[in-house]
Amino acid sequence: MLRVDPIQEGIVLDHIRAGLGMRVFQELGLGEKGLTVALLMNVPSTKLSRKDMIKITGVPDLDLTKLGLLDPGITVNYIQGGAVARKVKPGLPERVAGLIRCRNPRCITSTEGYVAPEFTLVNPAAKEYRCSFCGERVRV
Amino acid sequence: MGAERALQGRSLVNASDLGLEEYESLFALAESIGRDPPAYAEACRGKILATLFYEPSTRTRLSFEAAMLRLGGQVLSVADPGTSSVAKGESLADSIRTVAGYADLIVLRHPKEGAAQLAAHYSPVPVINAGDGAREHPTQTLTDLYTIRTFKGRLRDLTVAVCGDLRYGRTVHSLLRGLRRYPGIRFFLISPEELRIPEPLRDELAADGIPLTEMPEMEAALPQADVLYMTRVQKERFFNEEDYLRLRDFYILTPERLGLLKEDGIVLHPLPRVTEIAYAVDADPRAVYFQQARLGMYVRMALIAAVLGVI
Ligand SMILES: [Zn+2]
Repeated sequence: MLRVDPIQEGIVLDHIRAGLGMRVFQELGLGEKGLTVALLMNVPSTKLSRKDMIKITGVPDLDLTKLGLLDPGITVNYIQGGAVARKVKPGLPERVAGLIRCRNPRCITSTEGYVAPEFTLVNPAAKEYRCSFCGERVRV
Repeated sequence: MGAERALQGRSLVNASDLGLEEYESLFALAESIGRDPPAYAEACRGKILATLFYEPSTRTRLSFEAAMLRLGGQVLSVADPGTSSVAKGESLADSIRTVAGYADLIVLRHPKEGAAQLAAHYSPVPVINAGDGAREHPTQTLTDLYTIRTFKGRLRDLTVAVCGDLRYGRTVHSLLRGLRRYPGIRFFLISPEELRIPEPLRDELAADGIPLTEMPEMEAALPQADVLYMTRVQKERFFNEEDYLRLRDFYILTPERLGLLKEDGIVLHPLPRVTEIAYAVDADPRAVYFQQARLGMYVRMALIAAVLGVI
């Protein structure tokens, strides 16, 4: 099996739904930051039968708030001295810009494509966000 | 005088962008303008207001333009930017920034929801929302509240009956949201089943603990109503013509029904009226809808003056 060395300092994004790793990689902009990163795809897993993983070395300044939207099952492991120092399940972000599109055809952002609406979480249980422009509620 | 200073340079996108004190300072200013219009005839001298209307609304545009002219300012009017060279194929953001180079204040009417917010974001000069799709029309709300305040002397402790299309009527939604901020408000919501207020709005009002009665006919509400706000019931809102014809007459204010209205109640209508208020009602002193239009101009004068910081 393909092996990637354990990291000493950094972040491991675990339990990414198989096939979604590339999207997560891109949304976090990991290719553009000069980081040492490993994207593992279709790793055998006990929890999910297959999963994707991303290992990032160093202490990068990343906006991980998007993760909860991309895949609420992701686990963020902060690694220090070769061991897991902290495990975090990212919840739904309070505010998101760019990741969701407004589905209201009467919304100004439907014709003025250069603006990305900002969405505010209004109902976490229903995963409902509200468009900052038209007020439309969108479920993610 | 502090609150209207605070409006200087600000855009007005949503009715709720202004606090009750800011409303009150605008109403007080509108009142003093209405008492002595000539005293304000030079207030906006040298200033230019641009009206940018992406859908026709002659009434609203005239009200703003009259307001600016009565303040001694000048008006640039782009009546149909969709077909004029100003905006052919141009983004709203670019049109706004271009017009902002010519004018001190922009009044925008646009069919899309959120258009005014986008415009305010890009504009270096204040933007006043004169209607963005089904969403907001804050100066209509100011007009309605100012009319009620003028005739009733207060905006609290009022029983307000709203009649007609409560489902799609943007004016009605804004009015309900505007009034709910005042204490002691009670609503009668009169509409056909098909045109009852949208559920989120009903929930909003209920969450505030506002007493609210929905009813299919106006008769029971009228003897208790301090304010009767009439709106149009449009044929297009019904699935079939029979339903429309069957229901239409229930939502027409006739002299007989007016006879049931509280002695000191007032009748408002955002205009234009079609058939929902009989002409015979116009002569009753409680029918204040044409005065409402004039008061709307005064409150727009107050808003323009406050935003431009000339008062
Ligand atoms: Zn939207």
